[in-house]
Amino acid sequence: MTDPILIARAATFLTALPHSQALGMQLDAFGAGEATLSMAYDPRFVGDPVTGVIHGGAVSALMDSACGAAVLAHPDAPASTATIDLRMDYMRSATPGQRIVARATCYHMTRNVAFVRATAFDDDDSRPVATATATWTVERAG
Amino acid sequence: MRRPAPEAVGVIKGRRDAALRQLVEGVPYIGFLGIQFDRRGDELTAILPYADHLIGNPTIPALHGGAIAAFLEVTAIVELSWSLIWEEMEAGRTPASLRLPRTIDFTVDYLRSGLPRDAYARARVNRSGRRFASVHVETWQDNRDRPMAQATGHFLLSES
Repeated sequence: MTDPILIARAATFLTALPHSQALGMQLDAFGAGEATLSMAYDPRFVGDPVTGVIHGGAVSALMDSACGAAVLAHPDAPASTATIDLRMDYMRSATPGQRIVARATCYHMTRNVAFVRATAFDDDDSRPVATATATWTVERAG
Repeated sequence: MRRPAPEAVGVIKGRRDAALRQLVEGVPYIGFLGIQFDRRGDELTAILPYADHLIGNPTIPALHGGAIAAFLEVTAIVELSWSLIWEEMEAGRTPASLRLPRTIDFTVDYLRSGLPRDAYARARVNRSGRRFASVHVETWQDNRDRPMAQATGHFLLSES
């Protein structure tokens, strides 16, 4: 699904969330149970001052947002959703100075639960920075 | 033979507080989130003072799951680092500058939505070996026995 109106609406909603805004998140793709969010490198988000590498917590926040967006992008169109659990696996340090991109897929949805996986990359999209596995609640309208 | 007089309490506290400050103040992201640490002996409590920019869902309103995950991960890393320097510090030596533990994986359970008020967290190092450590951490708001979220993480320790 690539309805530009839907994408614009989703982008407005998702990037208006105060914490997402504080981290400068941007919605790059949205539809058919998939969402891509990205975040620019920012010295304020550094976790290890010796290496200048972004804190895992900031990457988690981006992944959490991407997973939530993928749930909302599912064709069942849940009215809202909340994280039940999120597991992050950190493969390597993100390269300082580079943008981090998180791609999430909601690959299964039941009446109450959505199952999501996500992968984060920097400029080198052949080697993931992190992967995530998450479950989310499904709140249906009416 | 006389035992050496114990160190003045002020000296010990000063050394511990300085070591804790060094762990926390060097990390920009801890400052960005506004996280502070309260120390009683060796026990640390992390505090995430409420700020509008921590909100995820403005209609409820609730803290962003990512902010909660970050708060838990920061608390786990600081607690683990603190436990790694503790012996050196107590022996009166200045701990050699520590290579921060690196997160291998981190799993967060969200138990209640985060209310727009301060949150607290404490971590427990369940196992700390030569290369790997396992840390559990819990966060709560108004009631200690009503946790908002909990997490377990595994960390890689730099080999010395």
